[in-house]
Amino acid sequence: MTSMLTTPTRLRKSREASETRFKWFGRGAIALSLAFLVFMVGSIILQGKGALTTSEIAVTVDLSADNIDPNDIEATSFDSLMKKSLRETFPEVTSRGDKRKLYGLLSVDLGFELRDQIIADPSLLGGPQKLWFTASDDADLVLSGTVDRNLDEENRRMSDLEISWLETLEQSDSTNREFNTKFFTNGDSREPELAGILSALMGSILTLSVCFFVSFPIAILAAIYLEEFAPKNRLSQFIEVNINNLAAVPSIVFGLLGLAMLLNTFGLPRSTPLVGGLVLSLMTLPTIIIAARASLRAVPPSIREAALGMGASPVQATFHHVAPLALPGILTGTIVGMAQALGETAPLLMIGMVAFIADVPSSIVEPAAALPVQIFLWADASERAFVEKTSAAIIVLLVFLVLMNLMAIYLRKKFEKRF
Amino acid sequence: MNNIVTEMSGAASVQNKPAVNKAPIFTAKNVDVYYGAKQALDKINLDIPRNKVTSLIGPSGCGKSTFLRCLNRMNDLVDICRVEGDIQLEGQDIYAPEVDVVALRQHVGMVFQKPNPFPKSIYDNIAYGPRIHGLTSSKSELDDIVEWSLQRAGLWKEVSDRLQEPGTGLSGGQQQRLCIARAIAVRPEVILMDEPCSALDPIATATIEELIDELREKFTIVIVTHSMQQAARVSQRTAFFHLGNLVETGATKTLFTSPEDERTQNYITGRIG
Repeated sequence: MTSMLTTPTRLRKSREASETRFKWFGRGAIALSLAFLVFMVGSIILQGKGALTTSEIAVTVDLSADNIDPNDIEATSFDSLMKKSLRETFPEVTSRGDKRKLYGLLSVDLGFELRDQIIADPSLLGGPQKLWFTASDDADLVLSGTVDRNLDEENRRMSDLEISWLETLEQSDSTNREFNTKFFTNGDSREPELAGILSALMGSILTLSVCFFVSFPIAILAAIYLEEFAPKNRLSQFIEVNINNLAAVPSIVFGLLGLAMLLNTFGLPRSTPLVGGLVLSLMTLPTIIIAARASLRAVPPSIREAALGMGASPVQATFHHVAPLALPGILTGTIVGMAQALGETAPLLMIGMVAFIADVPSSIVEPAAALPVQIFLWADASERAFVEKTSAAIIVLLVFLVLMNLMAIYLRKKFEKRF
Repeated sequence: MNNIVTEMSGAASVQNKPAVNKAPIFTAKNVDVYYGAKQALDKINLDIPRNKVTSLIGPSGCGKSTFLRCLNRMNDLVDICRVEGDIQLEGQDIYAPEVDVVALRQHVGMVFQKPNPFPKSIYDNIAYGPRIHGLTSSKSELDDIVEWSLQRAGLWKEVSDRLQEPGTGLSGGQQQRLCIARAIAVRPEVILMDEPCSALDPIATATIEELIDELREKFTIVIVTHSMQQAARVSQRTAFFHLGNLVETGATKTLFTSPEDERTQNYITGRIG
């Protein structure tokens, strides 16, 4: 016998079926979005990890006084000394074209690298020394195995001859792979093996600093005034609607505004973090204002009443009690806005931050690149080796973003108070 | 002044020490309050006697809380609220344009329906008022005020060893006593209480009621309450509000035993409410 509580009615069955269905749809949605995320991050890491290591080739260089005058090191032609040493390593190479290919195994910077090593350690002078040099991007791709050596010769940039040289070097233990410090200490370069992320990273940091110091105070003051002090009338409603609209304006429009106003009218220096930061702060302002107003609104009115009832003035009530309670939310909103600004490319293109900048900027009025623009530039470059540089730059950008979000979580936990 | 004398005559028998100032601390004359176009209070004339507990009773929406909030101008916070008429504190019009609302609220403190301690330490909750009003010049003076206030609020024994813990960690009744301690820390003349016990259990309520009775020595108390028993227990004078009108006011005992108005009669016997 079934009791009235256990009878499986039709209604009960359909109700239970719909609950199960919803549960599985929800799980499916989460699984799908996680899969996309894993696929995206995974493919970027797989592609980018190659750029974190670089190949080196050892060449024996005769540093005796015949080649280098110990009293006047700078007078040496390091480039021709390097070329000579390479020719001596492979004496069978005679034709002009082959020689050029041979030099191409090493980075074009080879002369400078030799000079830097000698200046760093003058005791090398006096005799033949086996020294390490950065391999060129094409040699690196072969040595790292990114390019298949068994591919048809016409489908790869390195000829069979060049590969045979590399193999000779490998057999004599004259090749090596090590962590690519250049990627983190150099600026951009036309040569992939020398190109680094530092100038873009510094550019982004400087741009974001300008953006933060401009938008944060303005946005906080605007939000506090609008939320706590402004009379609620047509005008304040109109302003509110417009702030919400501003948050939805495409970023390239802000770029055009920056180009027209900041560069053309006010004559600020182009391609600089100053202008980039100002343009990005136009974009972040509405985001921070909206987030700050939402978290101010979430502070219970009883706190305001308590403070005002104690005889605190409205400004005291706001700054002693309401704003501190809203602070975690405000900070989270700010960092979300900053993270958006960090990834923004379009407005920076408009104000000239897309220029090729090899120097690391040290102030906000020097030309600089920015991380997303650097990614855009490398993705557009023709050399095969820039593919993995692009992914590596994306990894740097993502690490930066994760750090910012961790900071948001930390600040939230630190300032959060129960009420 | 005749008006005041007649108002006071009922209460005069309770206290007739010669030193006591018998003039009412608050006098309200023809007070109208509007929320937008809606009239919430109509021609209220009420005096609040000094060092007594006056309770404002009446059914929900009768305007008793609105009247209470006129006394320290908390209604200013409501944009659409408009107050007309004359409310005087110690003979001074509190709605005069030159009045400093901050000073007014220092002299007329308030305790709210829901305990609302600041999310700060117990010490800072109480020290906040004296600090912003510049009442102390040294840390030890401030410590004394905190201790005095907590003792007056009957909370000192319970919290003296954890003054640095958050005020929000106390129980509901303790939080409400903390709010009372916070209110008296700036030495107001009047304390307004807006249904201070409605969120509390009977034991916490009894503690607060005892406290109100003790505080009467130093402060004038105006309390809004839904509970007629509470009004009868704690107050010396009672005012009955109905639909925005002040129906009847008098000594609490008289009002509850022999009300003059039929509406009062109906309310206290439970026929309207």
